Amino acid sequence: MSANSLAYSEQSGAEAAVELGQETTPTSSAGGAAFGLFSTDFKKNEDLKEMLESTKESLKLEAMKRVVGLIARGKNASELFPAVVKNVASKNIELKKLVYVYLVRYAEEQQDLALLSISTFQRALKDPNQLIRASALRVLSSIRVPIIVPIMMLAIKEAATDLSPYVRKTAAHAIQKLYSLDPDQKEHLVEVIEKLLKDKSTLVAGSVVMAFEEVCPERIDLIHKNYRKLCNLLMDVEEWGQVVIINMLTRYARTQFVSPWRQDGVFEENSEKAFYDSDEEKKEGAAQTKPYVMDPDHRLLLRNTKPLLQSRNTAVVMSVAQLYWHLAPKHEVSVVTKSLVRLLRSHREVQYVVLQNIATMSIQRKGMFEPFMKSFYVRSTDATHIKTLKLEILTNLANEANISTILREFQTYVKSQDKAFAAATIQAIGRCATNISEITDACLNGLVLLLSNRDETVVAESVVVIKKLLQTQPSQHSDIIKHMAKLRVPVPMARASILWLIGEYCEHVPRIAPDVLRKMAKTFTSEEDIVKLQTVNLAAKLYLTNSKQTKLLTQYILNLGKYDQNYDIRDRTRFIRQLIVPNEKSGALSKYARRILLAPKPAPVLQSAFKDRDRFQLGTLSHTLNSKATGYLELSDWPDVAPDQSVRNVEVVEAVRINTRSDCYYRRDEDHSEEKRLCSHSYLVFCSRSDEGQKNGRLEKSGSGSGSASASSEESSSAESSSESGSDSDSGTDQKRNTKPKPIKKVRDVIHVVHCFCLSRLFPVQVSSPVFVPVRPHELLHRMTGKGLAAQYHFPRQPCIYGDHMVSVQLTFNNHGDHALEDIHISEKTSTGQSIHCFRPIGESGSAAVLGRTCSKTERFSVSIQPAVGELLLPVTMTEQDFSREQGKLVGMNESSATITMAPETVSSQPVSKKVVSVANVGVVPSGQDNVHRFAAKLVSSGTLVLVCVVQKDSSAQLTVNTERTVVGSMLLRELQTALSSAP
Amino acid sequence: MIHSLFLVNATGDIFLEKHWKSVVSRSVCDYFFEAQERATEPENIPPVIPTPHHYLISVLRHRIYFVAVIQSEVPPLFVIEFLHRVVDTFQDYFGVCTEAAIKDNVVVVYELLEEMLDNGFPLATESNILKELIKPPTILRTVVNTITGSTNVGEQLPTGQLSVVPWRRTGVKYTNNEAYFDVVEEIDAIIDKSGSTITAEIQGVIDACVKLTGMPDLTLSFMNPRLLDDVSFHPCVRFKRWEAERILSFIPPDGNFRLLSYHVSSQNLVAIPVYVKHNITFREGSSQGRFDLTLGPKQTMGKAVESVLVSSQLPRGVLNTSLNPSQGTYTFDPVTKLLSWDVGKINPQKLPSLKGTMSLQAGASKPDENPTINIQFKIQQLAISGLKVNRLDMYGEKYKPFKGIKYMTKAGKFQVRT
Repeated sequence: MSANSLAYSEQSGAEAAVELGQETTPTSSAGGAAFGLFSTDFKKNEDLKEMLESTKESLKLEAMKRVVGLIARGKNASELFPAVVKNVASKNIELKKLVYVYLVRYAEEQQDLALLSISTFQRALKDPNQLIRASALRVLSSIRVPIIVPIMMLAIKEAATDLSPYVRKTAAHAIQKLYSLDPDQKEHLVEVIEKLLKDKSTLVAGSVVMAFEEVCPERIDLIHKNYRKLCNLLMDVEEWGQVVIINMLTRYARTQFVSPWRQDGVFEENSEKAFYDSDEEKKEGAAQTKPYVMDPDHRLLLRNTKPLLQSRNTAVVMSVAQLYWHLAPKHEVSVVTKSLVRLLRSHREVQYVVLQNIATMSIQRKGMFEPFMKSFYVRSTDATHIKTLKLEILTNLANEANISTILREFQTYVKSQDKAFAAATIQAIGRCATNISEITDACLNGLVLLLSNRDETVVAESVVVIKKLLQTQPSQHSDIIKHMAKLRVPVPMARASILWLIGEYCEHVPRIAPDVLRKMAKTFTSEEDIVKLQTVNLAAKLYLTNSKQTKLLTQYILNLGKYDQNYDIRDRTRFIRQLIVPNEKSGALSKYARRILLAPKPAPVLQSAFKDRDRFQLGTLSHTLNSKATGYLELSDWPDVAPDQSVRNVEVVEAVRINTRSDCYYRRDEDHSEEKRLCSHSYLVFCSRSDEGQKNGRLEKSGSGSGSASASSEESSSAESSSESGSDSDSGTDQKRNTKPKPIKKVRDVIHVVHCFCLSRLFPVQVSSPVFVPVRPHELLHRMTGKGLAAQYHFPRQPCIYGDHMVSVQLTFNNHGDHALEDIHISEKTSTGQSIHCFRPIGESGSAAVLGRTCSKTERFSVSIQPAVGELLLPVTMTEQDFSREQGKLVGMNESSATITMAPETVSSQPVSKKVVSVANVGVVPSGQDNVHRFAAKLVSSGTLVLVCVVQKDSSAQLTVNTERTVVGSMLLRELQTALSSAP
Repeated sequence: MIHSLFLVNATGDIFLEKHWKSVVSRSVCDYFFEAQERATEPENIPPVIPTPHHYLISVLRHRIYFVAVIQSEVPPLFVIEFLHRVVDTFQDYFGVCTEAAIKDNVVVVYELLEEMLDNGFPLATESNILKELIKPPTILRTVVNTITGSTNVGEQLPTGQLSVVPWRRTGVKYTNNEAYFDVVEEIDAIIDKSGSTITAEIQGVIDACVKLTGMPDLTLSFMNPRLLDDVSFHPCVRFKRWEAERILSFIPPDGNFRLLSYHVSSQNLVAIPVYVKHNITFREGSSQGRFDLTLGPKQTMGKAVESVLVSSQLPRGVLNTSLNPSQGTYTFDPVTKLLSWDVGKINPQKLPSLKGTMSLQAGASKPDENPTINIQFKIQQLAISGLKVNRLDMYGEKYKPFKGIKYMTKAGKFQVRT
């Protein structure tokens, strides 16, 4: 019984195959072959059911493999459904997978039976293993049975909150499946999408954006909050997800940002400078001269997509290219050129699509591809459509400068054995000739030479192109017309073109024209229709201009035309006769016959076939087909006024850190710097250790850890243009932004920065804690200069926690403006002649100023920290004896002293030490004498001892400083001198 | 996105179909066959064909058409790139990607396609994840499987998909740890009649075969990284490191992979390692044509030019040829008019030449274009751009790997117009 039913089903399958074979006419023989092949299968397949129901795993597996083989060949195996579905809970993984394949294929046809398997999946959805949960959801959602929609909905909702990102990814896929099964669920699905869009995992991002595009592309508002996150994650998303996200963000950006193209004129002027130089200067200038400032989020998108041009995936490269084309300021678009040209090395199909896009781009922006002109030279091995596209691009690129090179190249192509291509080349020459007037004559002559070519299509195409060219300037070329009149071209289109030319310019060739008409009258009956029409046309025109010679001929031709088989020709003949031959019935029109027939005709505009393709978004299917494909989403025009930017602001988010940790491969090497930044929320730490000074210093200063010379310049430009600093993939900055509470208007937020300068070598002397002195802040940046941002610094005299060779500097920033200021950082060291490299000498000599730059939202300021020499010290304790002994060693050159007159108030000891300590970070050495004050310290950088001794004598005092570092000594002396002599 | 996939062989049989959403009748391929009939050459079939309800995007590789059915707007390159990735995977699994190989391994093919797409959206395309899920068939495994009834499907679950480095599986172990890098450069050039270069550029790739235990972190640096004008990376390469220091830093996939492809900046003059002296003439009215070709080395930096193969598509009017090669063998196919001459190695003392006559169709007019000559060659141990790898370091693992670098220069699309 079972065998029978099986046999029956196979039979029907076979019939279906035969029918198919007949449907597909070109493969009818193939269909027959399939039948033959199938009939052998038919016998073998009888046992399949038995095998599936056997108890042996290997038999079942064998059977399933054959069943899958049947499915693969498009054979019907649906009768086996009950037998197969029993194995859905099998322990054998391969068997299970094959059953899944079968189930997904036939569930739609066997809905009732498919329900049997559902409970298995429902159980698996609760499995502790994330991969099993994911695969269960995957298969469950692939079963297209409307009854289980509620179950699927439930499963998706549950999976969307799963802890495993892989399961959440699967949920995102399932959303699309459910939507295509039951569009009524949209509302609920959008909720799930909204939830998943917030996901921070790179695994989920691509899939959920895909679901978004499929289910609710119009809900652009869902993207706002996730925009920055998506931009920052982009680098780490898998390549297919990147394509989808980039395309979605392109659409998003077109609705949210204002056009960067409006003031292009201004850009052009300084484009040379602005192009490769740091953008910041240009930005500053731009901000002053015109209102347009690129939205930082807009810049973020451009910056974060740029590295993806280096992807190995051609689809990713293309999508970045189209993003730049549609979103970037005009002068930045050319960064994509190189990468697009690189894609031309790829497979033929890739070339085809890329060339099409380049063709569209090259119409508007010749300059972009001109340097790569040679990459578009045609090779004889290219496929015809590739050749034509290359030709198209070369034509678009032609200008006065390169036309001779291009024409030389075209000459080779004209001789190609591929005649379709040769014909296309002739058209291309025609286009070049009309576009560039200098070469029109040369081209015409060249084309005339081609008229003697042996190939018909070449000649025909030449004639047609010559006709178009002559129309632009007929008077000078009567000899060419004469030459053409003599030609005997067999191709109808070409003959028709010649006749039209002669008719149009019969006044230039008054002798030849009637003769041509005579010849045509002779062969009229055997000509093609289009030639006949043009003959009638020529006759009419000659009748009007030269009726004496051609009256009879015209009559003859009109008579022939009257009885022609083709009604077009009969109609035309009747019309012409009424128009030109005067008789009593002829109406008002005949008066105007001359003006109708011999009206000056505008020269045709030869333009690219890709002219109108730019209405479609580049890289899309619609662009390739040049017609709107199903589901194509229009790219909206830029809004005139940018919508509220603040919608993209994100509130403090907690879990960022864990996530970026776990899935940011590309950022791993930057972790160490990130860590430091994370551990202190309000403290940004800049350290530079003297041993590896340069490298580290650069890392921290550039604010993103990955730094290098090139990177840091990029970053500094980014910093002032956007609120998120941080280079391309840096999540650290992202976190910084997130963890910092968002400043509200007028709120003063204070950020401290501890700046540690590098110094070196430990000193054996006991270091004491500093004497407390009131904080003496120094102005770093005035709020007027800083446009609302004020900065102060002071030396807290705390031992630096980042190394005992450093001096702490505390920076205090105050926001006096009414804008939120974000990401204030020191961008780079550009001290006068001193780079970070020279840091150590600064510490040692204590004589130099450290210059830094502070950047604020759109501004950067040069500031300088002047380390007072007294702050480069660390207080030490020692006994009086030790002090005298050390002082005894440091005499002569190492001693500098001065006598000062002291203000009377300072005579008592207390103020003296207070004053000294306030100027220099020194430790008080207990002293036996009242009038002698001793202070000891060491240089933080080198550990060199510095001893200060003040001996009071009435109103004057002897001040002595002993140290090996004479420069430090004299400077310290000078500072103490001023401090002590002044009133408190 | 991708609705269905049909595999069509050269004779127009659909020998495999796979649907990721609901089933699309295979009659949709009729539109493809129509386009196939219209095209004169197989290469001329447009890659994107619109039909009333679907769009067909196809790629042709190894004489098999991979026809994907699309229902709505999708970037065409997305589909094309994916289809090529499918072919690469098949090649990786079966060694060759032929109709026979696919038919023999139809179950593995089906399992692969099932894993690669979910609902038409690419899921797992990294070959190393796939290999973890589905073991590639080997002769030994086939034998073992038939005896023991075990399977090709890995017992593991796709843990690779969860990893930060999805291209590398965990727990890789080798007794011999080795890392080989092949720097292969191809010269694309068009040489004109007189022997002057019209356009020439160098494209290069670094293919790697890395068999290292554990999770090694490699850095590769060049002596002259400035040569590289435009690069594209395997996803494993850390882009920032390259931007900053021009060093390739990466955790390599296991096995063979393409680390980098690059383009050498066009400012550098390209050395053309071979020259061709040719004299191909057809006389008007005569049924004979002369064919005379001599090859010689130039600018080869002292290396031998090997595996030279000359091919040329002769004009349609040529009936047959009678040529005499000074070395190697030549063949002429009178149907396709393809002349190919396997030269072998060029000996600078005795330059290889191919001389003789061509017989033309009597009465036919002389062809108006001379044939283009395509040349293939190889030069071992030379990267023509001068690119040199400086050093390769490994971090993260204790053992000392064996490292090797090989250079090679090949002809890419190297054409001589005559």
